[in-house]
Amino acid sequence: MTFDSVRFAWPGSARFRLSVAEFSLARGERMLLIGPSGSGKSTFLSLLAGIVTPDQGRVSVLGTDLGTLANHARDRFRAAHFGIIFQQFNLLPYASVVDNVVLPLSFSNTRHARAVASGGQVHTEARRLLGRLGLDTASIDGARASSLSVGQQQRVAAARALIGSPELIVADEPTSSLDRGHQMAFLDLLFADLDAAGTSLIMVSHDETLAHRFTRVVRLDDIATIARGVSA
Amino acid sequence: MIVLRLALQSLRNRWGTALLTALAIALSIMLLLGVEKVRTGARQSFTDTIAGTDLIVGARSGSLNLLLYAVFRIGNATNNITWDSLQEIAKAPEIAWVVPVSLGDTHRGFRVLGTSVDYFERYKYRRNQALQFSVGKPFADLFDAVIGADVASKLGYKVGDRVVIAHGLGNVAFVEHDDKPFVVSGILAKTGTPADRTVHVSLEAIEAIHVDWQSGGRAAGQGVSADDVRRKNLTPQAVTAAMIGLKSRIATFKVQRAINEYPKEALTAIVPGAALQELWGLVGTAETALSAVSLMVVVTALLGMVTMILTTLNERRREMAILRSVGAGPGTILGLLVSEAAVLVIVGVVAGAALLYAALLMAQPWIDRAYGLYIPISAPTSYELMLLSGIVAAGILAGLLPALRAYRLSLSDGMMVRV
Repeated sequence: MTFDSVRFAWPGSARFRLSVAEFSLARGERMLLIGPSGSGKSTFLSLLAGIVTPDQGRVSVLGTDLGTLANHARDRFRAAHFGIIFQQFNLLPYASVVDNVVLPLSFSNTRHARAVASGGQVHTEARRLLGRLGLDTASIDGARASSLSVGQQQRVAAARALIGSPELIVADEPTSSLDRGHQMAFLDLLFADLDAAGTSLIMVSHDETLAHRFTRVVRLDDIATIARGVSA
Repeated sequence: MIVLRLALQSLRNRWGTALLTALAIALSIMLLLGVEKVRTGARQSFTDTIAGTDLIVGARSGSLNLLLYAVFRIGNATNNITWDSLQEIAKAPEIAWVVPVSLGDTHRGFRVLGTSVDYFERYKYRRNQALQFSVGKPFADLFDAVIGADVASKLGYKVGDRVVIAHGLGNVAFVEHDDKPFVVSGILAKTGTPADRTVHVSLEAIEAIHVDWQSGGRAAGQGVSADDVRRKNLTPQAVTAAMIGLKSRIATFKVQRAINEYPKEALTAIVPGAALQELWGLVGTAETALSAVSLMVVVTALLGMVTMILTTLNERRREMAILRSVGAGPGTILGLLVSEAAVLVIVGVVAGAALLYAALLMAQPWIDRAYGLYIPISAPTSYELMLLSGIVAAGILAGLLPALRAYRLSLSDGMMVRV
């Protein structure tokens, strides 16, 4: 995954510009991206996941220049190769836990095929992953996502990111809403599954105490320049 | 597939508001279809009332007026036709039969119709059905009466009961022909036409009860007994109108013209179908207004739905971001919201139609009894189906409004909505 002379500004907002001269992530790497709130992390991740495309430069993932893909192709690409975990509120509140986990499979045949190859049936695979992440599938199986605790929700989100073995997991402060004990437990479970699949991980956090668990730690300030205009 | 599934789950999550929205649509559809059913039912019931009669002749008046009083017993005749004129007209070679009718008296709020025995054979309704007797037989004696189904059921009359006819058309009569009571000889089966609410007697009987009457009141001290009256010449002087059947319909306009130009008396002959068309032209504006109002109610309900979806949009930006993150394109987001609208509209339309049919099933006999309006319970007509599909299409189109907004939001938000 590489960034090459990327410049980006949100449309309609001239005040905020993000530039990344050069950045890359090797396969299987586990990177902690450190930056305080408002430092452009989310913009960085949006560029990485192909939600937005750079105004200049190139973002390539797995050898594909995201900028060359048509919009719907980029959505497909994201579905096939990315697992994304947000800080919180990761789940569709009205869908069941299992339906939340299998959600990405509806948008990517590749991941659907992989999930079937691994679990036989997508729902079986979803339950297997939930079980590995320490959730008692019997009790939460049909439950609405909104009825779970925050810690449980984050683990369901992890299962959703992992199902169908995407090449890259992007986690945006996935543990910040958890207490310390749960943070560690969550990372243990997540890492165990990453090892099994050989997946790369970029995790954003402002918490540097987690650094020792990653193969590489990068400060966003070091790779990206944020230009802020004067507010009117 | 996944989109529809998510749309359904999302609606189920908000089932309270979703149900109310669908209910509003359902009620509006019920109203729209109901107006349509009543409209076509009313037309059908009017059209069904007179069949097999080629011309109706009466004193000179507007054709609508003649149609209304002669066939529907609505309003009053302006004048009568003399018996002699009628006899002379009947001699025309094109005319197969003439059934005279004489109106003007009532029995406890029901009109009394003087006519000939042929009436029971010649009067046709609803695709040429003839009148049927549920009990008894046509009048044979001078003071026999045949009553319609509604008269029998409302007044509880049986064959053999005595009936006193009141003079004039008021519901409460002060002057009654109580010296010459009638005996019920037959009761007609229900027809859904004004015949149900009519007391039929012979023309001679009408003449007989008026024999000792002068200028609308009974002449004092000149009472003629019921037995004496039988010996009098009871050939009527005049009748209110007459139904005419032709040997061939081709002659309709020729005979009509001949009657309209009848030199000795000012007469009007009408073709029932043509006069009905005139009636539709008259009530058409009201019908259109009614349809327009019910259509506006449907539009209001659809707007309610759009509002409902729009107001939830902001709190659902998070949901959009999640969907985008798992690879759903903005098109999927658009599809999701349009599907929600489609589900609401389709559920509303189907439920509305179902509610209407349920209501019709329950209220049909009552409407028939209370208003003499028989609304047939039939499958939706192609026009109604077209109307309903049009509404579904309009609903989906309206659903595009919030969907396009969500589409734009999901483009600008990306995956970055913090809640």
